[in-house]
Amino acid sequence: MTAVRCVDLCKTYRQGDENIKALDHVSIEIDAGGFVCLSAPSGGGKTTLLNAIGGLDKPDSGEVYIAGQRIDNLSKGERANLRLRQIGFVFQAFNLIPVLTARENVEFVMQVQGVPADDRGKKALATLEEVGLAGLEDRLPADMSGGQQQRVAVARAIVSRPALVLADEPTANLDSKTADGLIELFRVLNERHSTTFVIATHDQRVMSYAKRLISMLDGRIVDDIEQNAT
Amino acid sequence: MHMVGILTTLAWRNLWRNHRRTLIMLAAVILGTWAMIFMTALMRGMVTQMIQDGISALPGHIQVHHPEYRDDPSVANLISISDTELAAKFEAADIAHWATRVRVPAVITSEYESRGITLLGVDPDRERGLTFVDYDEVEGRFLESTEDTGIVIGKKLAKMLNTRVGKRVVVMSQDPDNEIADRGFRVVGLFTANVSAFEEAFIFAGKSTTQKLLRIDDQVSELIVFGDDYRNVEALYDKVSAIVDSRVEVRRWFEVDAYLGAMLTIMDGFVFVWIIVIFLALSFGLVNTLVMAVFERVREIGLMLALGMKPVYILGQIIIESMMLLVIGLVLGTALSWAAIQPIKDGIDISIVGEGLDMWGMSSVLYPDLLLRDVILANVVVLVLGFFASLAPAWRAAHYEPVAALTKV
Repeated sequence: MTAVRCVDLCKTYRQGDENIKALDHVSIEIDAGGFVCLSAPSGGGKTTLLNAIGGLDKPDSGEVYIAGQRIDNLSKGERANLRLRQIGFVFQAFNLIPVLTARENVEFVMQVQGVPADDRGKKALATLEEVGLAGLEDRLPADMSGGQQQRVAVARAIVSRPALVLADEPTANLDSKTADGLIELFRVLNERHSTTFVIATHDQRVMSYAKRLISMLDGRIVDDIEQNAT
Repeated sequence: MHMVGILTTLAWRNLWRNHRRTLIMLAAVILGTWAMIFMTALMRGMVTQMIQDGISALPGHIQVHHPEYRDDPSVANLISISDTELAAKFEAADIAHWATRVRVPAVITSEYESRGITLLGVDPDRERGLTFVDYDEVEGRFLESTEDTGIVIGKKLAKMLNTRVGKRVVVMSQDPDNEIADRGFRVVGLFTANVSAFEEAFIFAGKSTTQKLLRIDDQVSELIVFGDDYRNVEALYDKVSAIVDSRVEVRRWFEVDAYLGAMLTIMDGFVFVWIIVIFLALSFGLVNTLVMAVFERVREIGLMLALGMKPVYILGQIIIESMMLLVIGLVLGTALSWAAIQPIKDGIDISIVGEGLDMWGMSSVLYPDLLLRDVILANVVVLVLGFFASLAPAWRAAHYEPVAALTKV
């Protein structure tokens, strides 16, 4: 089953007097349960593609399908609802709400979804335990390391069991040991829950974990290979 | 409804993220609320005192006159009302405080000076507590009956006439046949009044004695009736209108003294304008605080939007934050106003700074008048206008594009 399908996506940004082609006729298909890395140098278009897949940004042209549903023509509210219910996000930084504890951050999405308090409390604690943060649930982000904060973000992304998790440079601010641990966690979750992971990165270690590596340059896909993950 | 909890939590914690800024804004709201309520109570007290002094000196809450009395307040326009009949009717209508008076212009003469005054022929038992004269504070004594042949004048007038208790004066007016009606009175008492002008303007004689002087039998100039609240006299007006003869004119106090009546309306308007002006000063600080709070949290707001939170909840969060700040400020500001009024609720002597206040019918002692409706008005105005002032920054926050907000440097 196809988790993500992009057809002929184009997106151009205006920067000063220049038009920058962030996506240049990009078409990809990602199977459900996939573990895919989008790699590109800075400005290569990977974040723009990730944003288009996540419904955070609209392409100028082309079509985006999530689990068979076309999303590029949805309204702002409909796309927000799609993100809330079907997609988990892990961003590079500013990933957590600073005034909420780890548990509250994980509960946040469920709270917006309207999950009852008892249910979301149990799920949040179980998910924090799953990502190795048992006992840290009452800490504020400021009292946690970068790696722990990213794990909380991962817990928040997967707690509602979305079919798709999009991660944008999730290891960019982490040391190598913490980054390895985070990617290992992604892979375990991918295998355990069959969640589709699409990770935008230019971190070689992350790429080595991916089952499929899509390379981009100047908004175009230049390489798309299946690989044996390490 | 499921979002109320998280929005309230977020709003409360965000409020205290920059606690110094929040405390400064809170201090401004508290001070502004105090200024609104405390100053309104002082101004309201000044006007209330003015009206109450005016009512006790002149109209009562309801007055009944001959229809021509308004144009010619002389002995020519009297009404025939029997106190005995009135007493029965008013008792049946549950009206306890009333009195009939003879009230005519007259001249008082001592051996040194003459002055134009208003002669009030009163029933001292009925007038007790209704007029501005405190019987217990009278030097000498107040009148003892309607037949009393003595006269009570103001201390200021006594000074002007160079007379005192025990001396005789002559009071002269006109009878209904336009003949001079005069007689000598012994000064039996000197009264003081909050409004010193009253001490110069009024003299009191027994009602029956005055009627004999003026040769008007048992006729009177006016009937005055007091209710419980000068702000609400309509029910009393209806009762009195139903009791008295249809050939007389019944008027409310603010119709008798249009200046006093206008003061009440002007005061209500002034209170509202005063509250709005204070709020406008406050609102700049409030909007600035919210704009800064939103500006500092752009990426966080972008994150929440990216995770699927609806813009309306972002809007709600900012407005709840603003309302929390205002409610805390209003509660503390209202409490501070109440506390500030307690030590001065028995009156402040403003005679030092208020020379000439009596010219405007104002007392030299100011009693703050803290009205619940003024407190409610101040609180409601701040909350309602605060809500609208918060809309702009909240609207701005709610309409960020998630991608742009997340990458904002």
